[in-house]
Amino acid sequence: MTRRQFTTSAAAAAAGFVLTACGPKRLHEMSKDRLKGLIAEMERKYAEQYGTAVHVADTAAMPGVEFAYALDISRCIGCRRCVYACVDENNQSRDPQVHWIRVFSMEKEKGVDFAEANPYYQPKEVPEEGHFYVPVACQQCRQAPCTKVCPTGATWTDPDGIVVIDYDWCIGCRYCMAACPYGARHFNWRQPTIPKDQLNVNTHYLGNRPRPKGVVEKCTFCIQRTRKGRYPACVEVCPVGARKFGNLLDPESEIRYIIEHKRVMVLKEELNTLPKFFYFYAT
Amino acid sequence: MTVVRQFAQFVKGSLRLVWHGNAAYWTWLAFLGVLIASGGLAYARQVSEGLGVTAMRDQVSWGFYIGNFTFLVGVAAAAVVLVIPAYVYDWKPIREIVIYGELLALSAITMCLLFVLVDIGRPDRFWHLLPPVGRLNFPQSILAWDVIVLNIYFAINFIVVTHILYRAFNGRHYNTRVVVPLVLLSIPMAVGIHTVTAFLFNGLAARPYWNASILAPQFLASAFCSGPAILLIVLQLLRRFTRFEIQDEAISKIAELMAYAMFLNLFLHGAEAFKEFYSNTEHAVYVRYWFFGLGTHTTLVPYAWTAVGLNVLAFGLFIVPAARRNWVLLNIGCLATYAGCYIDKGMGLIIPGLTPDTLGEIYEYAPSIVELRVAAGVFAIGFLIFTLMLKVAVPITLGEFHGDDAPEPAPGWPVAWH
Ligand code: SF4
Ligand code: SF4
Repeated sequence: MTRRQFTTSAAAAAAGFVLTACGPKRLHEMSKDRLKGLIAEMERKYAEQYGTAVHVADTAAMPGVEFAYALDISRCIGCRRCVYACVDENNQSRDPQVHWIRVFSMEKEKGVDFAEANPYYQPKEVPEEGHFYVPVACQQCRQAPCTKVCPTGATWTDPDGIVVIDYDWCIGCRYCMAACPYGARHFNWRQPTIPKDQLNVNTHYLGNRPRPKGVVEKCTFCIQRTRKGRYPACVEVCPVGARKFGNLLDPESEIRYIIEHKRVMVLKEELNTLPKFFYFYAT
Repeated sequence: MTVVRQFAQFVKGSLRLVWHGNAAYWTWLAFLGVLIASGGLAYARQVSEGLGVTAMRDQVSWGFYIGNFTFLVGVAAAAVVLVIPAYVYDWKPIREIVIYGELLALSAITMCLLFVLVDIGRPDRFWHLLPPVGRLNFPQSILAWDVIVLNIYFAINFIVVTHILYRAFNGRHYNTRVVVPLVLLSIPMAVGIHTVTAFLFNGLAARPYWNASILAPQFLASAFCSGPAILLIVLQLLRRFTRFEIQDEAISKIAELMAYAMFLNLFLHGAEAFKEFYSNTEHAVYVRYWFFGLGTHTTLVPYAWTAVGLNVLAFGLFIVPAARRNWVLLNIGCLATYAGCYIDKGMGLIIPGLTPDTLGEIYEYAPSIVELRVAAGVFAIGFLIFTLMLKVAVPITLGEFHGDDAPEPAPGWPVAWH
């Protein structure tokens, strides 16, 4: 090899290294082609693992859409159907159990007070006398402390306002869990397990695709559904219609109507996280 | 060519030094070896089964590992307690032992990095933190800052000690123009690593126990007691087992500095406790959990009061000049300081910060056996590194180990570096 050849190939190698090294690392920054390839690879692995065809969508945020959620505290009866619908829809681990939604039973006398609330209530019948219920999941904060602290940028807010996690980039440091004021983030302390026949095969690469152990996960407003114009699973399942969902930027939407006409509150407003999850009293 | 030969001599000589030692030395190494092996096995289990083998859960998502990490950042930062009097005030008795402070800092940082590594859920992805192959969320994430300052601090100390020792090995005086600026830079860096580590917790509005601006000063105060406490013991051991001479004056001076730091530490804790208990807002719940427990949840209470007792004892001992000069009392004071600060940082900072959790739930955390074994293993690695470094560094500073080309050691050689 001549010296010239050597220098050229060394330079090419160096340039190649720099290009790959400085190139996109997180799934959403990749070129569409590369992402498609990786998704095909994911689908193949999941199919092998669960013995059934799994679809991993990469539906992007729609322009002009910012999702928001509202929950009618005066209606919620604390039945926790949303909790289990969410588990089924979003492929949460059954053993160990992971719940993205937690429902707190509160005493009417004490108001919204988490220190006195009980997430493990087990009455014979709901609602219980003198109690009301506050379900809590990710509040999709506009000023999200969880994304600010992440050292690798593995979690961020997508353009439609959904805070997402790249399960292939998260290192599992759990800094985001320390930062989230709503206990909304959950860690896979062990290998998550989903019985094969219970797997939801319609997934999104930033949402409900099966997660590996050692990474953080949380509610994504059912990104796999809502980006295709459907309601989140919890909204659909709620027997009393306490849950509302829609596009904040659409003046005709129900969510806007609620914000403009009802008594609305957000949790821990003093922390300035600016949630896009609103609680309201319709009656 | 001489450089290569000198270096080969250095490596060979160092290996020979490390390979020879008396029974006590080998027993110590064997002891560390056992701890490391046990930690390694426990860690292998943690990697294969997941962090579920620890006692951490979603409610208390950080525990013993991060507590140790925080404590050791303090130990690393504390080398500066020696550097300031030695270089800024040019106080000679201390200058001779600064290098051991720096070696301690190097092993402490190694342990810090290991504690972070064992804590993360995906150690196989640690490189995601390393630009340019990874991506550091700088300047948003304080953890990114921490990665940067810890590595810079490590690099500074590494350059300084290797430069001084290697030059001494070759019978040459270190280059003042290299060493002095780096040593001076290491002062703000030492403050920096512990401040940034405090900010890691401090910046989280979701955790009122940490979200108090007193946190960083408190960290520094406790670091300036606990770091020197280790060093005082190490120096006495060195004096005992080698020909290394350390003036009593230096030791009692360090103890005096520790007394002031401990006063500051207690004062800041008191100021914080006053604010919490007198104003008695709902945020006092975390301090109350630490000192008195909440209802039946009282796991931490004995730790809290032990720490207070030890810290007060240490202060009492170090503030009395006669006690500082009494070796028994001095060592009791060192152990009390060390244990007091360790409990304060390990259990008293992380766990009450996360208990009750953000939604009011109390999960009582106590480290699992796996966590204890892994942590013991990490400490053993740190001590092993420190021991081996001392094994080479002490003979160099004594002029016993040097290259063939080095001139005969002059009287007073070589620790009279100035
Ligand atoms: S609720 Fe928690 S996880 Fe969700 S966006 Fe806010 S801080 Fe992040
Ligand atoms: S656990 Fe994952 S998402 Fe959370 S801060 Fe760490 S790397 Fe980011």
